[in-house]
Amino acid sequence: MKKLIAARETWLGLAIIAMIVATDFRSSGFGSPGNLASIFNNSAMLIILALGQMMVILTRSIDLSMASNLALSGMIVALTNAAFPWIPVPVLMVMATGCGLILGAFNGVLVWRLGIPAIVVTLGTLTIFRGLIFVIAGGQWVNADAMSEDFVQYTRIEFLGLPMLSWYAIVIVAALYVLMTRTSTGRAIYASGVNPTASVYAGIDVGMTKFIAFCLSGALSGFCGYLWVSRYVIGSVGVAQGYELTVVAACVIGGISIAGGVGTVAGAVLGALFLGVINSALPVINISPFWQMAISGAAIILAVILNGRSEGGRAKVILKQAEVTS
Amino acid sequence: MSDPKLTLSGISKSFPGVRALNNVSLELYPGEVTALIGENGAGKSTLVKVLTGIYQPDEGDIRIGGQQVHFANPHAASGHRITAIHQETVLFDELSVAENIFLGHAPRTRFRTIDWQKMHADARTILNEIGAGHLHPETPLKQLGIASKHLVAVARAMSIDAEIVIMDEPTAALSHKEIEDLFELVNLLKAQGKAILFISHKFDEIFAIADRYTVFRDGEMVGHGELKDTNQSDLVRMMVGRSVEQVFPKREVSIGEPVLEVNALGYATEFADVSFTLRQGEILGFYGLVGAGRSEVMQALFGISRPDAGAIMLDGKPLSPRSPADAIEAGIVYVPEERGKQGVVVDLPIFQNISLPSMDKTSRNGFLRLAKEFALARQFSERLDLRAASLSQHAGTLSGGNQQKVVIAKWLATQPRVIILDEPTKGIDIGSKAAVHEFMGELVAEGLSVIMVSSELPEIMGMSDRIAVMREGRLISIEENSDQLNAETLVRLAADIKADAA
Repeated sequence: MKKLIAARETWLGLAIIAMIVATDFRSSGFGSPGNLASIFNNSAMLIILALGQMMVILTRSIDLSMASNLALSGMIVALTNAAFPWIPVPVLMVMATGCGLILGAFNGVLVWRLGIPAIVVTLGTLTIFRGLIFVIAGGQWVNADAMSEDFVQYTRIEFLGLPMLSWYAIVIVAALYVLMTRTSTGRAIYASGVNPTASVYAGIDVGMTKFIAFCLSGALSGFCGYLWVSRYVIGSVGVAQGYELTVVAACVIGGISIAGGVGTVAGAVLGALFLGVINSALPVINISPFWQMAISGAAIILAVILNGRSEGGRAKVILKQAEVTS
Repeated sequence: MSDPKLTLSGISKSFPGVRALNNVSLELYPGEVTALIGENGAGKSTLVKVLTGIYQPDEGDIRIGGQQVHFANPHAASGHRITAIHQETVLFDELSVAENIFLGHAPRTRFRTIDWQKMHADARTILNEIGAGHLHPETPLKQLGIASKHLVAVARAMSIDAEIVIMDEPTAALSHKEIEDLFELVNLLKAQGKAILFISHKFDEIFAIADRYTVFRDGEMVGHGELKDTNQSDLVRMMVGRSVEQVFPKREVSIGEPVLEVNALGYATEFADVSFTLRQGEILGFYGLVGAGRSEVMQALFGISRPDAGAIMLDGKPLSPRSPADAIEAGIVYVPEERGKQGVVVDLPIFQNISLPSMDKTSRNGFLRLAKEFALARQFSERLDLRAASLSQHAGTLSGGNQQKVVIAKWLATQPRVIILDEPTKGIDIGSKAAVHEFMGELVAEGLSVIMVSSELPEIMGMSDRIAVMREGRLISIEENSDQLNAETLVRLAADIKADAA
């Protein structure tokens, strides 16, 4: 089993490398370190969001409000920066994360305390959060002129040849890897997704575990709110509209089971990179943007079929020797 | 005496590992009510499923009016005018009363569309006939109570002109008044010459309504006849009288001080005034009919529901678990009935399954210490002789027996004081049963205390030091398990039969 799961991520990694090599063949320079670093940088936010979504999906829920949360948190810090340019950017980052956390906690409470299905809750908050952007910004945009130099630069400054945006993603990946594999919270997230009933009897508070997952996905969305506004130098109602589905797609491609309980940090990261590479490669080999969407969609379905096969094909263990060798 | 309307003879039905029905026969007579009596697991439900075409018997034949019939599916059974009214009546909440009555055989217009007018009118007629004139044909079923739903089910039986009506514990959820109404209805069906099979655990009801009886025990028919020729004591004896007693590895353990004291525990509408004491090294059996509130009491002890009355003392200290985590921390663990669903987490490795309830002990500040987890898992899997290539392999790759060991190892690793086993041997084969019983003996020998909820009399009487009997949410009696105690006494207590009521 362990080998099988490892294989799933290995195959995804190989597919990504194959795509890079093939594209490099058509258009030399695609596989150069500089271009790969730029692909990674372009995928950084998707990676962070996919990790947040992964935790929620593992607990048998889904967070459709991530992109709206991102846009609202981003708008709040953009407006704050425009009004009080002297506030240091790290404070604004914490502020964005905090906003996201509160919005995520709101989702979490509704799911935990009122027992409303996550898809319904977050479908509602998806619209509510986006609506709030209108309310606080009065339909206005915050553009480059209004933002401070630091605010824009904090995602761009390079460190060891990589922009800070990439470093944020790397640190978050490392932190979540530890969280998921080395802490009791991570263990509770997996256990309550695989078998909620057994988890309750083992003394795990399944509802609170979901709440924590929503808080974390909210906090990561909020943090990405700052990243997005800084990177694209725009704060508006339309920021990241529909992006929640790309995030879910990255998770699914990364082998995270929508039924909950199955999925890894490595899978989510590779799923996001897979989409990042496709989006960079297709324009290079002159494929129209319309095809890009179709190809991304086909990749999702293909991933689900492959995952479904590897799960569904497992036979019951009845033979004695099977038990020992598996 | 008229000829039987329905005759079953030599019916056998096996499932992997279980012979649910063994050469049973049953006769139903027109205009008479036959009561089917038996313990849980005696084969009553299987028989109902054979009669309604859900199961096909392996052997034996079914005759209706002397003619041999074969039910390939439920539709075929209803084609022969057999209908069943279940415990949880199988009707459709979202449809109206009339639609429920005529589902599948609604009157049609010339254009093959449903003739609503005729359907409502016919429904009206039938409802009036059965004295249910207060029900409106167009009322959505979900607005009705359980008693009214039974009336709709009966109306449906009338609408297909059923000749054979099976009532499977129809009174389970009814109030006293509603039961009387139901009996009136049964008498009406009798007067119309229907043959009725009436399944109930309640002897007073059986004697009030039935004409004949058939007793099942362990999948066999052990007696039948007319009720006027028998009495409650005879029926109970037939129900429980076992030919072979299984051997139980009950160990002699010296019983120590009280460990768990429960005083006047109550929770909402589930149970009230439950008091008992569990002593060290003791196995306390909880016997009762299904739905007597035993599991509910255990879930309260384990912090799943919060009792609103009474007190729990563990080792002399008051305990009010607010969650299973609290109960585990205090030393009470609960091994639930549905092990597959509630026990093992198949997609986690064995060692993580074992350490799951002990995570507080194997982690520091929220960070897991894998070495400690492995040590814990190794210790308990060796003790239980768990056979696995590696403790990192997923629990789902183990066989059923070894999965069961993982579950037990998981609970033992929490080092409990009290272990509650809910129906520990339900649905497992004889070999595994013996292993579980053996294991319970070991637990008490090590000074743990065990509460065993079981509906199987041999198990209760074979393993328990004392037996608590619950009925309708109340603890009726706690009996010392001695040679003087016999199975009949327990059944009487559980089913509320006065001693020698006959």
